[in-house]
This record gives sequence, structure tokens and C-alpha cells, in this order.
Amino acid sequence: MDAEHVRRAVTRIAHEILEKNRGTEDLCIVGIRKRGVVLAERIRRVIKDIEHADVPVGILDITLYRDDLTMIANQPVVHETLIDFDITAKKVVLVDDVLFTGRTIRAALDALIDFGRPAGIQLAVLVDRGHRELPIRADYVGKNVPTAISQDVKVILFESDDQDDQVVVEERD
Amino acid sequence: MNRWTQHNLFDLESLSRDEIELVLETAKSFKEVSTRDVKKVPALRGKTVVMLFFEPSTRTRVSFELAAKRLSADTLNITASASSLSKGESIVDTAKNIEAMNVDMIVVRHKSSGVPNILAKHVKSAVINAGDGCRAHPTQALLDLFTIQEKLGRIKGVRVGIIGDVLHSRVARSNIFGLTKLGAEVTLCGPSTLMPVQIESLGVNVTYDVDQVIRSHDVLMFLRLQRERQEENFLPSIREYTRVFGVDEQRLSQARKDVIVMHPGPTNRGVELTAEVADGERSVILDQVTNGVAVRMAVLYLIGTMKKDSN
Repeated sequence: MDAEHVRRAVTRIAHEILEKNRGTEDLCIVGIRKRGVVLAERIRRVIKDIEHADVPVGILDITLYRDDLTMIANQPVVHETLIDFDITAKKVVLVDDVLFTGRTIRAALDALIDFGRPAGIQLAVLVDRGHRELPIRADYVGKNVPTAISQDVKVILFESDDQDDQVVVEERD
Repeated sequence: MNRWTQHNLFDLESLSRDEIELVLETAKSFKEVSTRDVKKVPALRGKTVVMLFFEPSTRTRVSFELAAKRLSADTLNITASASSLSKGESIVDTAKNIEAMNVDMIVVRHKSSGVPNILAKHVKSAVINAGDGCRAHPTQALLDLFTIQEKLGRIKGVRVGIIGDVLHSRVARSNIFGLTKLGAEVTLCGPSTLMPVQIESLGVNVTYDVDQVIRSHDVLMFLRLQRERQEENFLPSIREYTRVFGVDEQRLSQARKDVIVMHPGPTNRGVELTAEVADGERSVILDQVTNGVAVRMAVLYLIGTMKKDSN
């Protein structure tokens, strides 16, 4: 996927979110650190262009909810979670860059529920690469990319990586 | 990015600058957790933290306990008077017995310097120093650093005056190491009988003129006059100490407008500072207490999730 593809995918996802939720009422977006946050912000901007409405955007750091915290060799740095609105009774769209095993989303769901009781949670991802280990699926998918388990999916976004948008599948070293 | 290398936390001398900054950065994230409705994250689920306190403590013990609970760890408290220690069991035996029940972390406070280090030699659990004698109180210094950074936006170049009973203060010692590592300029001030000899060798200034310190520093950190540790006569009288080194509103009015007043607690109101100063608008004493929970969460998290060397 190049920058044009990414732009079109984000625009389509924004349209689908609006269609499914019939507008922006009670809608809010929560991006998972770190590239989900960039995508969440882009979706917010597209929605503003289409509907002229501001949808609140929150930032979620799922480190503390990981199921492999004491197993991974490199201790992850904890970053701040910033959801400065009440998610209770809201329709929350959770945004991440890549959907893989589903474990990140499991952690994100647990984290979100500690913040309140939303009316519903939907999931938007730029890339679904398959290989799920948990019963989780996305409501909005930018692109389905078939991959081998031995490969890495690398998402580069301008805001976080200072390079033109790009999604590449690489063999793991 | 794996910058944390400590299995135990004894003092700030043994932490690198990177590690201190990592604690402060991590604590920033944890501060948010305590503002939620559900003040709990599952990071240390299934871990057990024992508080082994041989010296009275309210703030530090409660703070560590809340920090552990907000990370979903299980906690239990052992105080010297209500345990087998009062029957003559040694500290090492007590700790080994506790460890035999599969405890992950031991938070210890003791009136003798070096007790946490000795314990760590005998147990596999992580040992965290919550204050040992006059030597070190690392989490207090870390929360002081966090508070200075939060209030002033930086630590490098900040001028910090530490005023009072430096001789008996583990808080002062840990702060000196932490502050100088992060590039702050430290001045110590207090009665000459309560000033350790050759303390300048740690890279700090020493003065006996409290007014000069008040006028020229960004942070004024007051220490408690530790009467329980003063076995000899260090001072002619408490009244004289208050007259020479105690700070009231009038004295504080010479300070810079944006000065912050800190105290590790418990305060002797009317001795080191008056109630007006302790409760005044420049005081960040209660912010220090709030930040203490976040900083201790960061320490417990970093130590508790560190990958053990597999053998």
C-alpha cells in the first residue's frame, strides 16, 4: 500500500463508520498507541470534513494490560493513556494499524471497560493480516493482506515516522 | 529501549541517569491511573508484595500499598512489634520465611543503614528500600524529582536548597544523588552540628545563611528535625533552631515569586516551617504525596516486570 492507498482506505473507513452509526451522535474514537492514534486523528478529520461535526478522540496505551508483560524480553515503556471524555453509553470506535493475533485488541477492550460502560465498541484497522489467536474480528478494514506467520507487516505513517505513508510486508530477519 | 537493569532498589547512587528518567517518565503514565474511576490496572496481577516495616511510617507504607494494589498486586504488611521479630527472630530469618511463601517483592524500612542490601543477599525476591537509617530513601527522592519536574518543567539547572537536619536525613542524601545526576544545583543549609563533614565532595554547596538560600533558589526543600535520631545534644534548643532556620511567611516573602516549598513529611509545624508556609500557595507538600503513589507504581512495575535472567 502506498500513500494514496492509505488515504483512500482511511476515507472509506470514515464513511463506513458514519454509515453504520448513522452520523456522529454518541460517537467517539480511541486510537491505540502509537499508530492507531495517528489513524484515529485522520479519521476524525475526514469525519469533520464530511459531517462538520467534531468527534472526540482518545489515546489508549495498552502496555499494562498485555498478557505477556513478564514474558517479553524487552520491557515495554509505559506511555500515558488520555481519554478525557466519558465513554459510558457511547459508541466507541477502537482504531489500530494492524490486526494480527487479536491480543492487542483483547487488552484494549479490557482497558476501555475500566474507563466506563460503552454502548458498543467497534474495531477499525488499516491492515488485517490474519493469524488470529482469539475470537476477534474488525468492523472496518482498510485492506486484507494475506501473510505468512514468519513475515512482519510494517506500517509507516507520516505523522509518527516522518516518512511518506506506506505498508510493506517483510520477511523477518 | 530496555534501560531498566535493577532487580533491587537500594539507593539512587546505583541508578543511571537513564534509569531515573525512565522512572519519572513511567510515573507520568501511572499518575493518570489514579485519576480514573476504576483505579486499577492488571500489570502486576498475581504478584505478591510484602511491606516489612521496622520503623513507624504512615505516608510511605500507605503509598507503597496503594501503588501495589493499583497495579493489582497482592500486599501484606508486617510490622516489627506484631511479628516474631519481637520474639527475637532475626531479620534475615523473617525474610527467608516470608520468601518461602513465594513472595515476589519485599519493601523494607529499617532504622539501620544497609539492611535492604543485607536482605537482598539472602533472598531471591526483589528488595525495595523504603528508608534505611540515615542512608537512603530512594522512592522519596524520585517523587521529589517528579514533583520538581512537574512544577517547574525541568530539573537540569534548577537551584534546590535543602534546609535542616541534613546529618540524619536519608531523604537529603537520596535527593543529593538524584538531583546532581539530573543536573540540578544543590545547596545545603542547616546548623553546622547537623551538617555532615565533607558533604561538599558530593558536588553540593554548603551555607549556614538560610535567608540567602531563600532568596536565590527555585526549590526550597525542608527537612524534618529528627529528634528521635539525635542521641547527643546537637542543638541548644528547638526554639533556637526555629529562630535561626525556621521559615515563616515573612521570611519566605524574600523568595522568588515562583518558588516551590517542599517537605518530605511528617512536618513539625512551627519548627522547620510555620503552618502558613506549609499550607500556603507555594507549598507542593500534598502534590508530593499524590505523586508518591505514581512514582512507587513506576518502581514496582519496572522491577516487577523485569525479565529475570533465565538459567
